[in-house]
Amino acid sequence: MEKQDIIKSFKDSLFTGLIALALFGPIVGLRTASKGEGLFITPQWGVVFLLVGLCILGRFLININSARRKEFKIFSTLSSKFSSITEDKAKHFAITGILFALVFPFLPFTDRYFMDVAIMILTYIMLGWGLNIVVGLAGLLDLGYVAFYAVGAYSYALIATTFGWSFWICLPLAGLFAAFFGILLGFPVLRLRGDYLAIVTLGFGEIIRIILINWYEVTNGPDGITGIPRPSFFGLPFKRSPDEGEMSFHTFFGLEYSTMHRIIFLYYLILILALITNYFTLKIRKLPVGRAWEALREDEIACKSLGVNPTNTKLTAFAIGAMFGGFAGSFFATRQAFISPESFTFIESAIIVAIVVLGGMGSQTGVVLASIFLIGITEIFRDLEQYRMIAFGGAMVLIMVFKPKGILANRKPTILMHGDKN
Amino acid sequence: MEYFIQQLVNGITLGSIYGLIAIGYTMVYGIIGMINFAHGDIFMIGAFVALISFIIFGLTGVALPIILLLVLLIAMIFTACYGWTVEKLAYKPLRGSFRLAPLISALGMSIVLQNYVQVAQGARVKPMQPLFSGGLEFFKNSEFIVTVSYLQIFIVVLTIILMGIFTYLITKTDLGRAQRACEQDRTMTALLGINVDRTISITFIIGSSLASVAGMMFVLYYGVIDFYIGFLAGIKAFTAAVLGGIGSLPGAMLGGLLIGLIETMWSGYVSIEYKDVAAFSVLIVVLIFFPTGFLGKPDIEKV
Repeated sequence: MEKQDIIKSFKDSLFTGLIALALFGPIVGLRTASKGEGLFITPQWGVVFLLVGLCILGRFLININSARRKEFKIFSTLSSKFSSITEDKAKHFAITGILFALVFPFLPFTDRYFMDVAIMILTYIMLGWGLNIVVGLAGLLDLGYVAFYAVGAYSYALIATTFGWSFWICLPLAGLFAAFFGILLGFPVLRLRGDYLAIVTLGFGEIIRIILINWYEVTNGPDGITGIPRPSFFGLPFKRSPDEGEMSFHTFFGLEYSTMHRIIFLYYLILILALITNYFTLKIRKLPVGRAWEALREDEIACKSLGVNPTNTKLTAFAIGAMFGGFAGSFFATRQAFISPESFTFIESAIIVAIVVLGGMGSQTGVVLASIFLIGITEIFRDLEQYRMIAFGGAMVLIMVFKPKGILANRKPTILMHGDKN
Repeated sequence: MEYFIQQLVNGITLGSIYGLIAIGYTMVYGIIGMINFAHGDIFMIGAFVALISFIIFGLTGVALPIILLLVLLIAMIFTACYGWTVEKLAYKPLRGSFRLAPLISALGMSIVLQNYVQVAQGARVKPMQPLFSGGLEFFKNSEFIVTVSYLQIFIVVLTIILMGIFTYLITKTDLGRAQRACEQDRTMTALLGINVDRTISITFIIGSSLASVAGMMFVLYYGVIDFYIGFLAGIKAFTAAVLGGIGSLPGAMLGGLLIGLIETMWSGYVSIEYKDVAAFSVLIVVLIFFPTGFLGKPDIEKV
């Protein structure tokens, strides 16, 4: 390395330090805290100098090695190898994954915490697969998907608490309600272009949330709905001491009572729901409507000229995506037994969109990988409560910067005219 | 009638704040065609920088106009650094990749900024003592006295001055010409010897400084901020930009004023709980009838 280069990179890192000082100086260095009346400032220069020092050092090292290129190359070759492997063996991969998911509750290291995380990941996988129909296949950016999740959860909760119907009747009803809302919203706005659609769906998500907060008579406002019935195993409840004339799950099968039974049942329930979503998507992709979605995503004008009605086609994608969101919502309601508008904020929509796009739009396996990765990151940082969302957002930016098409990009048409692509 | 005028005054004040944020959205959209989701959080950081500097200068006992000027400059400079860095880190590497990539990156950046401020400054709301007091009173003989506070006058006048400077910058200077050229055709602009990267950076710097001014106004007007204000203000400002026609600079200001007016009128006459619903519903209705906003250019798709 030339001497000039070192001096140049040294200057560059000093500049980085200057910028870092400007960034961290006021916000980190001068912490405001209220004391009695008014705010006071407690300086924290130590942290600022540490951060600035780290920035300078990091920039200097990157400059000297120009490690960024190498790293980038390693990263991209690794991930392209990875995606080609997974693409070749997609079927094996999927079967192994499903088998693993099936035996997971009975593995020796699986405890309550793992099960809870697994259920959460599966919920996000299901939501991701549902949204994948809208974003990945039809190419419509929906930033308010959580609205349908909320509609599903609230309709399940309201029907179940008011009429006392069982989970298996409420589930399809909740899905239908969500699909109905999807049509209701989609009808006026689906003619809009991509970014307008994004902002309108975002607005719709907020409208639903605000209504849930303020419509006190029905939704019980910010306090939420409590006492939502738990699901039962074909009529057998998971209770230690069942009501008069009822038989509970553990007595019927002659097992020792354990709270894990219910957790394991919920796990399989969401696994099946998610797999149904996946199966449905894989099948509908090959039907005319599914092919029309993919065609619309690629070129709307060409589709119009070939006689595809864009609004109706988009509407079906929107409604079906919403329906699966509604299913996931009712699962969420029955699992938590308590829902409130707090659970349906914009950040949830952002997480689901992130899962779909980071996984690689249209790729079903990608959704699984991205859910595991993103939810896993927030779980790893669980002890550092405050920093977990920073890590989450940072991961989103990093994946996009290094792999803008997502972990597994899949834009190949599902069906080709002359069979195989060769 | 007096009540209406009072709401009108409040609406225009609020609209000025939204308009200033909306300019940042519309400029970035115009030049690189992406929704800069982190812009609302840049506004929030501007508000925090302004709050911190108000506290520091409040202790020194300098005259109020000087404090205002200093805080204005400080907030603009520091917030501009944030805008610049965000563009360099999260958007520049993604230039030329597919449409959703920068949007997701921006979403991630927005999450990072929000939680970073939460960690650094704490999650509790930050109240500030009002610096301005008093105002002009009208219709003193009627039942309802219309008050126009000095703060409202300050906000509206400052917005008008900034808009004047900004319009001059965009229409008359070389920088503005380069900026408009980049909007039309980036490749051609680069071939003609204009540094496109630098122009885009400057766009972000201008947008962030205007957002920081809006942040300062927000601190003064509401007197309370927290790390979450950027989200709602950001969405409303983006709604304003879309309403006025995204990519159009006068449209952003017009949209901001409209959103401000709709919000205050709705909370004044209908219900205060649903004021956010009003803004979004109007957006949906407008987009159905004017798909490109009020002042937007119709977007012709070519095969």
